[in-house]
Amino acid sequence: MAKHNIGYFFREGMSNMFSHGFMSFAAIGITVACLLIMGTFSLVAVNADAQLKTLESENEVLAFVNEDYTEDQAKGLQSELENLSNVASVQYISKEDAMASFQAQYPDEQMFQNNLKPEIFRDRYAVHLKDLHLTKETVAALKDVEGIDDVNAYEEISNGFITVRNIATVVCVALILILFVVSIFIISNTIKLTTFDRREEIAIMRMVGATNGFIRWPFVYEGFMLGLLGAVISFFLQWALYEAVARGVATNDTLQLIHIVSFEQLWVPVAAVFGGTGILIGVGGSLSAIRKFLKA
Amino acid sequence: MIRLTDVEMEYENGTDAIRGITLNIADGEFVFLVGPSGSGKSTIINLLTGELIPSAGRIMVNGFAVSTISGKQLPLMRRTLGVIFQDFRLIEKKTVYDNLSFVMRAVGASPKEIRKRIPYVLELVGLKDKALCHPTELSGGEQQRVAIARALVNNPTTIIADEPTGNLDPDRSLELMRLLIRINELGATVVIVTHEKELVNRFEKRVVTIDGGKIISDQIGGYVGGTIHG
Ligand SMILES: Nc1ncnc2c1ncn2[C@@H]1O[C@H](COP(=O)(O)OP(=O)(O)OP(=O)(O)O)[C@@H](O)[C@H]1O
Ligand SMILES: [Mg+2]
Repeated sequence: MAKHNIGYFFREGMSNMFSHGFMSFAAIGITVACLLIMGTFSLVAVNADAQLKTLESENEVLAFVNEDYTEDQAKGLQSELENLSNVASVQYISKEDAMASFQAQYPDEQMFQNNLKPEIFRDRYAVHLKDLHLTKETVAALKDVEGIDDVNAYEEISNGFITVRNIATVVCVALILILFVVSIFIISNTIKLTTFDRREEIAIMRMVGATNGFIRWPFVYEGFMLGLLGAVISFFLQWALYEAVARGVATNDTLQLIHIVSFEQLWVPVAAVFGGTGILIGVGGSLSAIRKFLKA
Repeated sequence: MIRLTDVEMEYENGTDAIRGITLNIADGEFVFLVGPSGSGKSTIINLLTGELIPSAGRIMVNGFAVSTISGKQLPLMRRTLGVIFQDFRLIEKKTVYDNLSFVMRAVGASPKEIRKRIPYVLELVGLKDKALCHPTELSGGEQQRVAIARALVNNPTTIIADEPTGNLDPDRSLELMRLLIRINELGATVVIVTHEKELVNRFEKRVVTIDGGKIISDQIGGYVGGTIHG
């Protein structure tokens, strides 16, 4: 393909896009919706999965000491806990340590850095288990120990995350398929509109001996631009949405236990998947619209 | 070089438009194709451009076997033809210049070639000062000359015109014919379909007359047969 043609195809594609402002807008909108929904569910699944992995690797149960106990009394529980079966090791964590490690998790949250008091945390033991499958029994045994008020086993939570991940995955796959088809359909119709607008030009190009490839390119570019624009817009929307949700989770009393994977770690795959899917939708839509011009 | 051998064309609805035509047109010839309405003239043109595929027979156009041509070859064959229609088929939202540059681009001409070629062709058809007009700002005769310029601009070896004078008054038609003859003198093969007896009779050119899908006469000068309306 000659170099001067590429600029021509690009300009034609762009001008096609603007000549159907509303349809192009709709096509980009539906692509954005498709990518955002896909992205959101995928990111939920990614986070649930990450959470699950941390929990599993920690292999750890927290046993909270009765708040009326003094520090010495609390420390006295150590040997009793160590003697339980299925307990591999026991580590005492004071209120102050608990606060420090919590703060370390959120270095950017000024609120946590300045306003926290150790009193809102409880003394606790981090109990490492030998066999994760016996978590239930060990948790029961820990609860029976005098002075242990509460045990935070991750079993229920991890089951929760598994459910979230599975639902997110299923919903994600179903939605993606539907939205993918809808997006391609809408882009295809947008471009069919352009080909209808340009039918005279297409007829003349064929008559003077333009190749099918030449006739097709501007429409492929149009689809490509629509898809790419949709991908770029959804990327930034997804980013904003993600940050907002992450902030919401971090500041929510019950949810702050969840550690959200930072967007910096995710933006490359998100950008790649959005870009790839957007372009696939755009080019796929345009190819389906110009199928009839593929014939001689 | 155009060569039709025992060509037949039956449309899908069963109309026998062409019933065995054999016709040779050498390079550099000027030929009028005449005949009554419905005799099959446009069908022949569409067979030559590869728009239609004959039901039987063989068609060669400028070295391409059009009757069996592949999708890849068809555009190349069409680049050897410049086609002019009765209804001009200009793009109204493009200027005269852009109507021409558009078809040059379509066959891969570079911007430099385009800048060089278009003024020459516009000069030839006498529209040099109308380059930046839109077709709607031109008279019918001027529009038809733009259509001719467009057919010429890619430097085809053969010009094919289906009723190019249909919408023009007699003076404009005559002017147009003179232009096509001049183009022929510059080396192009020219095939013109027309109804206009008066016009054909003014020139001593080869006239092929068809009726009912068959050639009924092929001679120099003179429109044959009294049954021709138009
Ligand atoms: N697409 C088509 N499908 C079926 N029949 C057709 C089609 N086009 C033309 N015909 C028929 O084929 C015959 C020849 O038509 P054609 O258009 O070639 O005539 P023509 O000589 O160009 O006439 P005119 O001078 O009126 O333009 C006519 O009987 C016409 O009805
Ligand atoms: Mg006709």
